[in-house]
Amino acid sequence: MKDLSMHILDIAQNSITADASLIQIAIHEDMEKNSYEIVIADDGKGMTKEICDRVTDPYFTTRTTRKVGIGLSLLRQNAEQTGGHIDIHSEPGKGTKVRSIFTYDHIDRPALGDISGTIITLVAANPEIDLIYTHTAQNGKYCFDTREIKAALEDMKISNPKIRQYLHEMIEENLTEINPDQPVDGSKYI
Amino acid sequence: MGKVKSLDDLKKMKEEVQSRINLREKSDHPENQVQVKVAMATCGIASGAKEIMDYFINELDKRNIDAIVTQTGCMGYCYAEPTVEITLPGKEPVVFGYVDTKKADEIIEEYIKKGELIDGIIPVTYKTIDE
Repeated sequence: MKDLSMHILDIAQNSITADASLIQIAIHEDMEKNSYEIVIADDGKGMTKEICDRVTDPYFTTRTTRKVGIGLSLLRQNAEQTGGHIDIHSEPGKGTKVRSIFTYDHIDRPALGDISGTIITLVAANPEIDLIYTHTAQNGKYCFDTREIKAALEDMKISNPKIRQYLHEMIEENLTEINPDQPVDGSKYI
Repeated sequence: MGKVKSLDDLKKMKEEVQSRINLREKSDHPENQVQVKVAMATCGIASGAKEIMDYFINELDKRNIDAIVTQTGCMGYCYAEPTVEITLPGKEPVVFGYVDTKKADEIIEEYIKKGELIDGIIPVTYKTIDE
């Protein structure tokens, strides 16, 4: 994975597969503690302890189309390369929470990448799922909640290209507000 | 930089888009629309499936093609990612492999618009090593 937003897109797909109706993605940049934390939580069907213990094993997957499953393995590898770690809490019927911690200033920490595009891709392709994205940086906190967006849009679909473009810019602008050091271009967002 | 975009602005934007969308015929029957499914599992994402999906969404809109672009899981063709499955109305789905923006453009122009088959199709008879 080239950047952290791709990991988020990937892990959130697991939540979609687990029939989640609400996915919460939280990013917390903490320069004082030198940590970069990403939490992805869902209310999907969850996993038993046996499965949960094996999910970061690249040779374990519940898929039948192939024999490997490397999404969480790659996330763990990337986190550990920066001196961080991931932990996964899951309960059958309740949901799953994947928390990954990276060392903020570690040279091996991938950049965040196009997070606004990632969030929009997720919400536009899965209109029946609600998503809350919160991002905390040194200048404050930004919260993007599809329930608010859907209420404002009424019967208009989020997947409409003009709306997508608008939301994309909206997220980017808000992220620049909370972290002015970052360039506006989402692809270079670190 | 101007004022940060808000939900109120979004509502205004919605009205604007809505007035335009009504001009184009709205179809609620997916079987009458072109369906584009982009494979977006770990393998697809790592190969750039998100850019391909964005490309399809924007280009199909620009070229006035009524289509639904969604995502799907891994179809088992990890070696050929990014892969997209195109279903034209009344036809069997066709899977294209190694799709970049150039290929995506060709798919739109040749297959979606004219129904002509092009290189890069993963045949349905393809068997994995186990079969």
